[in-house]
Amino acid sequence: MIPLQQTPTLAPDWLALTPALLLGVFALLLFVFDSIDPDESNDGLLAGLATVGSVSAAVVAGVFLLLGIGAGDGVSLYGGQLVVDGMALFFMLIFTSVASLVCLGSIDYLEGHDDIAGYYSLVLLATTGMAMMAASNSLATIFVSLELLSLPSYGLVAYLKNNKGSVEAGMKYFLVGALSSAVFAYGISLIYGVTGSLLLSEVAGALQGGEVLTDLGGIFGVGVLMVAGGFAFKTASVPFHFWAPEAYEGAPAPVSAFLSSASKAAGFVVAFRVFIVAFPIESVAGTIDWVLLFQVLAVVTMTLGNFAAATQENVKRMLAYSSVGHAGYVLIGLAALTGQGNGEIVLGAGMIHLLVYGFMNTGAFLFVALVEYWGVGRTFEDYNGLATKAPIACVAMTVFMFSLAGLPIGGGFLSKYYLLAGAVGAGVWWLALVAAVNSALSLFYYSRVVKAMWIEEPNGNLDRIDVRGYPTGLYAAVVIAAIATVVLLPAIGIFSGVAFEAASAVLQIAP
Amino acid sequence: MMIEALVGLCLVGALVVFFAPDEYAGKLAFGWSLLPLALSALMYLNFDGRGNALLGGSLAFEEQFTWIALGPYELTWFMGLDGISMPLVVLSTLLTTLAILSAWTPIDERRNQFYGLVLFLEGSLIGVFGALDFFVWFVFWEAVLIPMYFLVGIWGGARRKYAAIKFFVYTNIASLVLFIGFFGLVFGLGDSISSLALPEIATALRAGELGPLAGGLIVPEQLRLLAFVAMFIGFGVKVPIVPFHTWLPDAHVEAPTPISVLLAGVLLKMGTYALLRFNFTMLPETARSLAVPIAAVAVISVIYGALLALGQSDLKRIVAYSSVSSMGYVILGLVAYTSYGIGGATFQMVSHGLISGLMFACVGVIYNVTHTREVGDMAGLADEMPLTVGALVAGAFAYAGLPLMAGFAAEFFIFVGAFQSTVIAGNGMAVMTALAMFGIVIVAGYLLWAMQRSLFGPFRFDGDYEVTRAARHDIAPLVVLIVVIIALGTFPNDTFFRMITDAVGPLVDGATAEAALGTGGGSP
Repeated sequence: MIPLQQTPTLAPDWLALTPALLLGVFALLLFVFDSIDPDESNDGLLAGLATVGSVSAAVVAGVFLLLGIGAGDGVSLYGGQLVVDGMALFFMLIFTSVASLVCLGSIDYLEGHDDIAGYYSLVLLATTGMAMMAASNSLATIFVSLELLSLPSYGLVAYLKNNKGSVEAGMKYFLVGALSSAVFAYGISLIYGVTGSLLLSEVAGALQGGEVLTDLGGIFGVGVLMVAGGFAFKTASVPFHFWAPEAYEGAPAPVSAFLSSASKAAGFVVAFRVFIVAFPIESVAGTIDWVLLFQVLAVVTMTLGNFAAATQENVKRMLAYSSVGHAGYVLIGLAALTGQGNGEIVLGAGMIHLLVYGFMNTGAFLFVALVEYWGVGRTFEDYNGLATKAPIACVAMTVFMFSLAGLPIGGGFLSKYYLLAGAVGAGVWWLALVAAVNSALSLFYYSRVVKAMWIEEPNGNLDRIDVRGYPTGLYAAVVIAAIATVVLLPAIGIFSGVAFEAASAVLQIAP
Repeated sequence: MMIEALVGLCLVGALVVFFAPDEYAGKLAFGWSLLPLALSALMYLNFDGRGNALLGGSLAFEEQFTWIALGPYELTWFMGLDGISMPLVVLSTLLTTLAILSAWTPIDERRNQFYGLVLFLEGSLIGVFGALDFFVWFVFWEAVLIPMYFLVGIWGGARRKYAAIKFFVYTNIASLVLFIGFFGLVFGLGDSISSLALPEIATALRAGELGPLAGGLIVPEQLRLLAFVAMFIGFGVKVPIVPFHTWLPDAHVEAPTPISVLLAGVLLKMGTYALLRFNFTMLPETARSLAVPIAAVAVISVIYGALLALGQSDLKRIVAYSSVSSMGYVILGLVAYTSYGIGGATFQMVSHGLISGLMFACVGVIYNVTHTREVGDMAGLADEMPLTVGALVAGAFAYAGLPLMAGFAAEFFIFVGAFQSTVIAGNGMAVMTALAMFGIVIVAGYLLWAMQRSLFGPFRFDGDYEVTRAARHDIAPLVVLIVVIIALGTFPNDTFFRMITDAVGPLVDGATAEAALGTGGGSP
């Protein structure tokens, strides 16, 4: 981060929300364009418009972040309902980057489908919801923006109307999602009942001293558990992970990329903020020790995700389970907030891992989208010999796979190292050990993809590649994601500084 | 910026060659690889480092700046060479160029990808030898795995997939073990270090600033021992030492020959180099206290590797197992902990790199022509391929320690150093050395036997291929290697005394160093 003498300010205040506003405006613009001229020849224009919208939001978020707008306590809006601080902007950057890649990659993937405008506006509206989630500072705004994310997501998963898998996945996702929303809302109501407020800081204030908890500790504990369940759903963590493989496998691959990277990060930003700001561990440890809760969840999630991924035969499903595993790694960001060591490193490491993951995982799913576009197949065997036909895309996929496994070819190596170092520094070295072993084992199934692409002989299904050709948009998205993944290895210092500062602001540690 | 330029040249070259047209890839890669070779030769001639890189010596081509700051530890981009790493960098660039040349004949598909990966490998290897920050070093150490996996897996022999995965898994788990061991030390050092720069850590460890770990559960003495063992195993897999050697014959036999050249020539040296830099530099007392088991492992590697080689009939397997034996000498020299012992071990790294490179290249040339490596399938090749056979014989003699060749000088240094050593009470080291010397007899035995059967006598060949002379570009690497081996064996002084012992000196105790240098000032 560029050190500045004083924090720059924006007048009026609400301009700090520009990334979210841009996304919303472009989503509405898409509707306008589509209703003025509902013609298939506009597809390129609509896709371009969506891409421009998300890229411009990403640029604004990045510039705000590096300028230090929202440093410290951040810009508080609407009576503290929304707050744009370092963490909010950092996550907006993740969401918008992923959305940009997804919009770019979808241009080719959706060739021949109708209602392109609907698809893109749903993507942009969901991203708007995520951006609002990042800035939400009260349980009410969190719930509303969560729904703004969820409802378009259901539609996106089921977007391929004539594809049974897609519709089934959408249905499952919707049912589990609706249930978890209900649980989440009930949890919020219990917490409101105990503390009398929805604002995160006021919830924390009410808990201070502990008088409330001596009387109503049980109700409060159940409320916290229910809220945690809601997050587990959004982040695809155990025990609410089982929708993820179904939804990711059935959904159009760019949507899987979007959900597994951005939607997961959105779940985490809310979890980070709610648990750290509203339920400070020193006040609630006697009632419900959520650090311990997340320690257990982290270990189970990463191990289960890893072992399930190792047994898959379908690449997309393998990626889906690996995405569960990565949720486990990021949970360390909460699980290692033991009060020992440097909390901002633990939390910051989780944020950085989500940023790097946003590129490498999105890239990997977009590569799957590319293969689906060609119609080559879905299993590891179908990937055999792909490198003979598409070396550039396969180099990119190799970068994604090795970076996800934690080999030093991309930023994934460093972000995992941050997580491990943070965990050990916080005294939970056993958590770091479990993560390290899991990460080493994960190389097994990631390298299967690499082996299939480069080492195995082609088995005759690759001729379709020549028929369909090489789609520019998807290729560009995959290559950009690969370059970003590689560049994040040497250049991670730029973002890690910002992440650690944002984390210490949320943790209210004096810099 | 010289080391960065070297690494950068290799990586840019890798990218260019990877996407170059297939038919020009070989020539382009060869031409490009001359650039880092020339640059490293220039660096060698202008080398001005003094002392040991980890123990306060003045570094050649030093470069250091902050990369990432993370909590208590700063990660720095820290590169520099001393007398130990400089020869290894030149070895890497030289062998890469020669390996590329020797690949022209056997590699006939996906050439651009092959040569691109070879250059990527070269860049990573130089990074391993040049890095002086643990993190930078580890990045390159792991990066070496990636091209190697593909090079064995795509262009290898019949069981290449199995060999590639075995290599990958073995060395990746080894990396995890050493990583955990090293970080045990880092956390044990606590606040007494502010970065992961290896010199800082080495100095702190040698100053005895290691604290307890896990809230006093592990006292510093135990931590030292645990970390030493973890790192020894982690690096030992790479070396390889018995019993972690089983990946090596598989990888060697299945790898295409140019890659065997690099695998035996440079990759194995990563293991011994890391052992020297980490275990023997940072934890000298532990190394001394474990001298008996380590020396035993060394002797077992020497003898057992040689016996295994004796039992093989595949020329490549013979050379592969004899590498296990030769690397045993390196461990013996390291554990002796005298100036000559460690210096000789370093010299052996270079000389074994050249000699095993030569042997593999020769076997490769023969295979290109005959498509077999079985000793029993051929006889009397000397008449048909005089130059190649001559080179193979020269390599075998170098292996067996013929005076005036590099192998002799290296093993002589090691034996001198090991005899002088006092790390084992009484005459323990002398006994170990005497045992290890039998390895040479076995080496001479199996190499002569194999050559007598396959190279000499009346010509006979059980195959459908016409046995003809090899192409000039196949012979050229052999000639270059023989010249370098003889030059190093005849004039070891410059490399050995100007660079290696100068860097090893600060490692060993002052008294031992003087004693060693006092008795052996001249040429061997």
